[in-house]
Amino acid sequence: MTNNYVGKRIKRTEDPRLIRGLAHYVDDISLPNTLHVAFVRSIYAHAKINSIDTSAALAAPGVVAVYTGKDVADKIGPVPCAGALPDLKVPDHRVLAKDKVYFVGHPVVAIVAKDRYAARDAVDLVMVDYEDLPVVTDVEAAAAGGPVIHDGFSDNIAYRLTSGEGDIDAAFAAAERTVKQRVLHKRLAPIAMEPRGVLARYFPGEEELTIWSSTQIPHLMRTQVALMIGIPENKLRVITPEVGGGFGSKLNVYSEEALLGWISMQLGKPVKWIETRRENIQATIHGRGQVGDIEVAFKNDGTVLGLRYSVFADMGAYHQLLTPAIPTLTGLMLSGAYKIPAIQMNITACFTNKMATDAYRGAGRPEATYVVERVFDLVAAELGMDPAEVRRKNFPAPSEFPFHTATGLDYDSGDYETALNKAQQIIDYAALREEQKKARAEGRLIGIGVSTYVEICALGPSQAMPAGGWESATVRIEPTGKVTVLTGASPHGQGQETSFAQIAADELGVNINDVTVIHGDTGVVQYGIGTFGSRATAVGGTAVYVAIQKLKEKAHKIATHMLQADATRVSFEGGKYSLQAAAAAAATGTSEPVVPVAEAPAAALPEPQTEGKTSLTIQDIALAAHIAKELPPDTEPGLSATYFFEPKNFTFPFGTHICVVEVDRDTGDIKFLRYVAVDDCGKVINPLLVDGQVHGGIVQSIGQAMYEEVVYDEQGQLITGTLMDYAVPRASHIPNFELDRTETPSPVNPLGVKGVGEAGTIGATPAIVGAIVDALAPFGVKHLDMPVKPEDVWRIISRG
Amino acid sequence: MKKAINLNVNGVSHTDEVEPRMLLVHYLRDVLELTGTHVGCETSLCGACTVMLDGQAVKSCTVFAIQADGASVTTIEGLAKNGELHPVQEGFWEKHGLQCGYCTPGMIVSAAQLLDRNADPSREEICHGLEGNLCRCTGYQHIIEAVQYAAAKKAGQP
Repeated sequence: MTNNYVGKRIKRTEDPRLIRGLAHYVDDISLPNTLHVAFVRSIYAHAKINSIDTSAALAAPGVVAVYTGKDVADKIGPVPCAGALPDLKVPDHRVLAKDKVYFVGHPVVAIVAKDRYAARDAVDLVMVDYEDLPVVTDVEAAAAGGPVIHDGFSDNIAYRLTSGEGDIDAAFAAAERTVKQRVLHKRLAPIAMEPRGVLARYFPGEEELTIWSSTQIPHLMRTQVALMIGIPENKLRVITPEVGGGFGSKLNVYSEEALLGWISMQLGKPVKWIETRRENIQATIHGRGQVGDIEVAFKNDGTVLGLRYSVFADMGAYHQLLTPAIPTLTGLMLSGAYKIPAIQMNITACFTNKMATDAYRGAGRPEATYVVERVFDLVAAELGMDPAEVRRKNFPAPSEFPFHTATGLDYDSGDYETALNKAQQIIDYAALREEQKKARAEGRLIGIGVSTYVEICALGPSQAMPAGGWESATVRIEPTGKVTVLTGASPHGQGQETSFAQIAADELGVNINDVTVIHGDTGVVQYGIGTFGSRATAVGGTAVYVAIQKLKEKAHKIATHMLQADATRVSFEGGKYSLQAAAAAAATGTSEPVVPVAEAPAAALPEPQTEGKTSLTIQDIALAAHIAKELPPDTEPGLSATYFFEPKNFTFPFGTHICVVEVDRDTGDIKFLRYVAVDDCGKVINPLLVDGQVHGGIVQSIGQAMYEEVVYDEQGQLITGTLMDYAVPRASHIPNFELDRTETPSPVNPLGVKGVGEAGTIGATPAIVGAIVDALAPFGVKHLDMPVKPEDVWRIISRG
Repeated sequence: MKKAINLNVNGVSHTDEVEPRMLLVHYLRDVLELTGTHVGCETSLCGACTVMLDGQAVKSCTVFAIQADGASVTTIEGLAKNGELHPVQEGFWEKHGLQCGYCTPGMIVSAAQLLDRNADPSREEICHGLEGNLCRCTGYQHIIEAVQYAAAKKAGQP
């Protein structure tokens, strides 16, 4: 093993194609005679479909076919939900609405035309006769009764679940104080910059279907779509070319993916659908959507005894792949970075006439972290303690790991106080509090927010996952010595082509430019799970690492044979198998060829020259393994290894974020003064990429804390349907980030890595909201609901 | 009814007959097969489709191809010269100014124009100059550093 790449700020190998505009996303792939699909989508949140007249659309120029829900109901199976909870209600979710529509954006009719303009024109020619039905948009109202959305269900409650350990009643009985707070986690739109898109091409002769889709899970998608449209799984190939962001929104199987595949099979031509941004906000999953009530029991010294969180979780109209599972992740992480002896989570998950919620960056864990961190701020405010000190008081010590929580988890490793200390030191916390005091005396409103988060990553052990939590890798060295890595963890911006190549190059002692990482093609890559839940490096990277160890075992055996040595006397260093000193001296003394070659090889491949050699490169071994003339007995030709890595536990990255804001008294405008983040994601493969993940995550937190909110009105109309109304942070909205790290390796995998993809989105939101609340503390403010807007702040200040 | 248009795109002259309603971005992508320019929102809010039209950065998703008749267009594919990356492209690579890469072509074109107008922009001026371009992955910090790198590079600093 060499150490040329791992741990270094290596520039990404994927970038040259991306910065020159030469990469290929789904819409960049053109096939001859491609037909284009556009959808008629429901303009009502809840309505009965009395009739659909498609005749004018069918007669329109360029239109090839039109499909309604009735046309496909018995042809295409339901959109899958992988949630497995007791007594879970699962509505029958068809790819096109049949008798009723359940949310604005619900696909009703698919139009197929010769170009995208013709398809879009024909959408306006379809006449759908809708009959209004009562609309349910408020999640608490949905739980309380009233109109039932889905026929066949007695109410709108998808499931109820209580979880947690410890004696919660005893905790509250023993409490010296308690605090209650309602918290809202608004619906958010993931807004991957590349909307979803599907291209499907059926080959009638071969009876094979290829689907290009902008997805995070090509293999899982293949399995599910094959089942939905009834094609054998091994006749369906899914390719994810460049994927322009996902954030969980493409960790799903969508109606359009199955429908496009099926249409291509009907028409025998390629068909393409590229989501518009309006469709993206209407009909790609949303995140969050919880209304919760916190109750915390604590002592006068700040020791927290118990936490109860009762939540109404907004599922939307249907379950997408993981919809019902998301609130359960909130329940798992309610202990945060603290020793809380008793925790209880009560979930009431309800159907509403809105798009489904599902995994959006953090997926249930930002909700938990926000709740827990708000709790510690509330406790601090109640006791007049410093929020950092209340947190410090409740940390488990590093010696207490693996640390068992009252939510049933065992945290792998952690040193929360060191991260907090480091962040406080960087920002000079004591001086900052003094400065704040002085500023307040002058009438300036400065606030400091602290978040000492922990998150759950590397999802995950298969026992805890609906469809396998492992990841796969194949590593092979080609006859010319080039290294090919096939990973099941198909990325969408994370940079696995670089980070996995770093692992491979170091482990094999080769140049990183000789390593190619291939992903996102089920026709080429062995079955895999995908990139989500901050799992790619911890699970997928480990699979690469272990596959290489397997490959090297074989290479070692071949090297030993070729060097005519005892296995124990051959060592691997810097990409070479070498005889150790004593053995080398003996070897140079002999002039006998290692392996006599009787005949010239038929192919024009060069012969490995081993005669008199004391060392062989791994490339020499690869060539010899493929030529297969001088392999040890009972050795398979070729040099490749596959490994499916099953993690024994999750990993638990953590850190401290400190945010400083100043609020403008006259306008309510919120300005960042400082932002310090000390994150611990275990061992770091590429610090450059880790910084990028942290920055991006924090900015999505800024979005949630200050700007973003999917709004439906009481009729279920989507008010924030374009980027004009849904406010995504821009460059001028961000502070200058000051990042640092601590490094506590994970014992769960041999790389010691934990994961970092969601850290910023999980850790930052409470620090930002905490800072704004702190700035407004002189006005008696203890809590604010996200997104905190200048208008809200201005109203508080104006009230005095 | 189709109209004939003539454009110079990345230094190459093109004459084509297009529908009057065809968007410039679709002309570039579907007719000229220059797919580096992306569509992210169709409402000129995200900036993924930004190209240079007669030296001005514009959102090509809200310009008709016929409006560009007679004009000179530079797309992301036209920024590198003789195999040499544009300083902004180089900055994005050096400073990890991209993750998924979807916003990147528009972001780079906007940044290139920003530096054409202001060779030594402050952080605030960079942020202001990129207001019309959304990125959901990077959190912008590395993009700002990429533009600073390019400014230094253009000024001949190492």
